[in-house]
Amino acid sequence: MSEEAIKNLIIREEDDYIVNMGPQHPSTHGVLRLEVCLNGETVKYLVPHIGYIHRSIEKMCERDTYKQIIHLTDRMDYLSAHMNNEAVCLAVENALEVEVPERVKYIRVVLDELSRIASHHLWWSAFGMDLGALTAFFYGMRDREKILAIFEESFGSRLLHSFNTPGGLMHDVHPNFQKHTMEFVKYFRKKLPEYKQLLTDNVIFHNRTKGIGHMSRETAIAFGVTGPSGRGSGFACDVRKIAPYGLYKELDFKEIVHEEGDAFTRYLVRMEEMEESLNILEQVADNIPEGNFTAKMKPIVKLPEGEYYQRVETARGELGVYIVSDGKKFPYRVKFRSPNFSNLFVLNRLSKGSLIADLVAISGSLDLVIPDIDR
Amino acid sequence: MENKNNLLDFLKGLLPFANVDQGKQFTEVNVPLKRWRETAQLLRKNSAMPFDYLISLTAVDYLDRFMVVYHLESVDTHNLIVVKTDIENRESPEIETVSDIWVTAEYHEREVYDLFGIRFLNHPDLRRLFLEDDYGFPLRKDFKDDINIIELPN
Repeated sequence: MSEEAIKNLIIREEDDYIVNMGPQHPSTHGVLRLEVCLNGETVKYLVPHIGYIHRSIEKMCERDTYKQIIHLTDRMDYLSAHMNNEAVCLAVENALEVEVPERVKYIRVVLDELSRIASHHLWWSAFGMDLGALTAFFYGMRDREKILAIFEESFGSRLLHSFNTPGGLMHDVHPNFQKHTMEFVKYFRKKLPEYKQLLTDNVIFHNRTKGIGHMSRETAIAFGVTGPSGRGSGFACDVRKIAPYGLYKELDFKEIVHEEGDAFTRYLVRMEEMEESLNILEQVADNIPEGNFTAKMKPIVKLPEGEYYQRVETARGELGVYIVSDGKKFPYRVKFRSPNFSNLFVLNRLSKGSLIADLVAISGSLDLVIPDIDR
Repeated sequence: MENKNNLLDFLKGLLPFANVDQGKQFTEVNVPLKRWRETAQLLRKNSAMPFDYLISLTAVDYLDRFMVVYHLESVDTHNLIVVKTDIENRESPEIETVSDIWVTAEYHEREVYDLFGIRFLNHPDLRRLFLEDDYGFPLRKDFKDDINIIELPN
């Protein structure tokens, strides 16, 4: 260890009682290690250790062409794979000033919202399971399966579809895509009340989540906590509203913002967001226009020299793609501003002074995906 | 468009020593390294348009210098600006921390330190974030690792 590293080690008091949560703890949903210092059952402080699945995607991007990068972005936040793809595509399209066909814009919105619902499904299932409600897991997985079936039908894969490409889509969607999407919307509208019965109105669930992990609006902004977690604290940060991309400018939807800022509010924001996504799907899925599935692009994409930044709203918050180009076919530097990276570090602030059992509820309510933190 | 001009004038008034330009996408501010900390304080603490949300913090290696890039947003007006500063000294690059101004910078700065080896002065907890202590700085352009990084033929 270098001298500097020794100097920077956290110096602990002698009677600090340290418990390692993770990297294989089931409630961290991935290889995240939380070094928790306890006083009895109360959390004194917490140090997150990350990097267990750091793959240096940013370095890999520097030796790949713009079309190849798409396939790496899937592997960051694998539950928002489509939004990650879209971010890079939009950055490239805006840089080249390519106008994508209307059909592509519509399909992208449908996929955005389907991915968002599927991602919230998984979060809802796992959140219930973390708090001891195992039934929730089966309900969520049952409905998520319907969305994954739609994905599989059109792209051949369920999670990492890499379906976007600069200029449009890899190929056209399956003829049944529209029909099955509308069927899902109808189906899920009927199932949402079940979710409400099972968790939202559940007294035990209220006791576990209400008034826990309180985050003020100032904290959310200072830590850069975006997505449903930030919006649960009154931080209106929906990129679909503040910097609309694709078709979102023309759509009619609400930004869900609540003020209370506890774990239950973050839960509520996601539940209402699922409903709002269904509203968007109803506006769009029926009206996908005919046309090409891609704009005319050169086989090798070269961006003009300069810097480009594109923000999109994933299921977990604001994803930013920063591309520096030197005019060659490989980007000079790519940076992903991942939502989970910023969201993770607020955990220490939120869980200070809470019970260790509540720590599970708090980290669950932040909905962290670890590969997105490590990249 | 009017809004953009307002922002440009506002920043020119606030930061007379900086180079404020309207870029293709965003308004861009170039500040000398020596005045970076002062700039950060002015941007965050001014009452007219506080830039309170640090979206992203990163660096770019240009082989003769490092460029550190900050994306800032003012939450109430949704104005996004890009602030850049150059570190000429590539041997031992150093820049003032802003982790006391934007809390989230503490972790972004750790990431930049980990991957570029840029030291942030007065940072409360400057440790490596992803990698081991004796690993090099992989996002530098002259970094070589024959075992872990496989070069693709062009």
